[in-house]
Amino acid sequence: MFKSLLALLRRDLRLAIRHGGESLMPLLFLFAVLILVPLGVGPGPNLLSAIAPGMVWVAALLASLLALEGLFRPDLEDGTLEQWWTAPAPVGLLVTTRLFSHWLITGLPVILFAPLAAQMLYLPDHALPVLMLTLVIGTPILSLIGGLASALTLGTKRGSVLLSILIFPLVVPVLIFATGAVSAVADGLSPQAHLGLLTSLLILAVVLAPLATTAALKLNVE
Amino acid sequence: MSELLLAEAVGFTRSGDLVFDPVDVRLERGKALVIAGPNGSGKTTLLRLLAGILTPACGKLERHGSLAFLGHLAAVKGDLTVRENLEFTVRFCAHPGMPVNQALARVGLAGLGLRPARALSAGQKRRVGLACLLVARREIWLLDEPYASLDDVGGELVDSLLEQHLAGGGAVALSTHQRQPRLNTDPGRLLIRPAARGGE
Repeated sequence: MFKSLLALLRRDLRLAIRHGGESLMPLLFLFAVLILVPLGVGPGPNLLSAIAPGMVWVAALLASLLALEGLFRPDLEDGTLEQWWTAPAPVGLLVTTRLFSHWLITGLPVILFAPLAAQMLYLPDHALPVLMLTLVIGTPILSLIGGLASALTLGTKRGSVLLSILIFPLVVPVLIFATGAVSAVADGLSPQAHLGLLTSLLILAVVLAPLATTAALKLNVE
Repeated sequence: MSELLLAEAVGFTRSGDLVFDPVDVRLERGKALVIAGPNGSGKTTLLRLLAGILTPACGKLERHGSLAFLGHLAAVKGDLTVRENLEFTVRFCAHPGMPVNQALARVGLAGLGLRPARALSAGQKRRVGLACLLVARREIWLLDEPYASLDDVGGELVDSLLEQHLAGGGAVALSTHQRQPRLNTDPGRLLIRPAARGGE
């Protein structure tokens, strides 16, 4: 069973590497935001350090959203999705594996480059560990919610508009608690409450999203 | 146990209507079953039901073996090479079968292993689908129109693969509306009829 999951993960990553350009989009987005925003709002350290957490998080959110259209649709169209139901591994775990590879492609690069981004936006040094922590907790939530929305809109051609409308209200709490935690630390307060709420969102998403996504995929395969 | 798959009065509903009259299906080791019926009668739906992709709306379905489903779509990733597609199937399914090179030669694709799958013709993609059946050992084969887009030589290839699979103790159910399989032992036949629609 684990061999099947590993096989799926390997193939997803290999396809991501082969689509080089598309897979670099999340990072390009991050840097587009980092470079354009200071030009737009002026390079003053005070203003930039205040909006830094929000900027990094918006980039993470958009990066995650960009790759959603390709999360399940190509598999539905080439027939590989229906093969999941004949696999030796339960579909729920295959779905979770696919969401994990989505996170590796969209979430992880943002986390890895967040320290650089924080430097560029004058984020106070003592706030960086919390920014990293919110990204580690929060980006998997984005992948999980995004996966559910992507599975739900699979039946509609050009579902991307509907996809964004579905996702935005659901990810707003993630954005609020994550940036709230970083701002709290930057102001010398404790980020515990925000981090606790963010973690509870992650637990909720990890438990429910793969189940709901599997059910939504099943509807679309039928 | 000689029965690999047993279905009793299974049916599937779309918007509350039965797609076809519920049928009994029995797949035994070394036996083939041809599912026949006019276009739109539900041959594909029945095969997808048996494969577990659809959930039956009524009836009972039991499976006692690993299963391979070859549908209308070849389930091939166009951006991977033919060889990479087959290697994925080997890893994805639990029991490896024939080595990849040997399987490619068997389906007449020797030397095309490094070609990206999207560069193949429809018939060649079907052959990759057939090679997928070979590289991982599965007892029950459910084939939806296996002869579609294949030439005469390809049709004979399908027949010989079926023969080999049955001789090895496997079971096959396939749907076809063109060529009938020519096997040493006559396959069973199952005719499915579209269900009478109420209220139309």
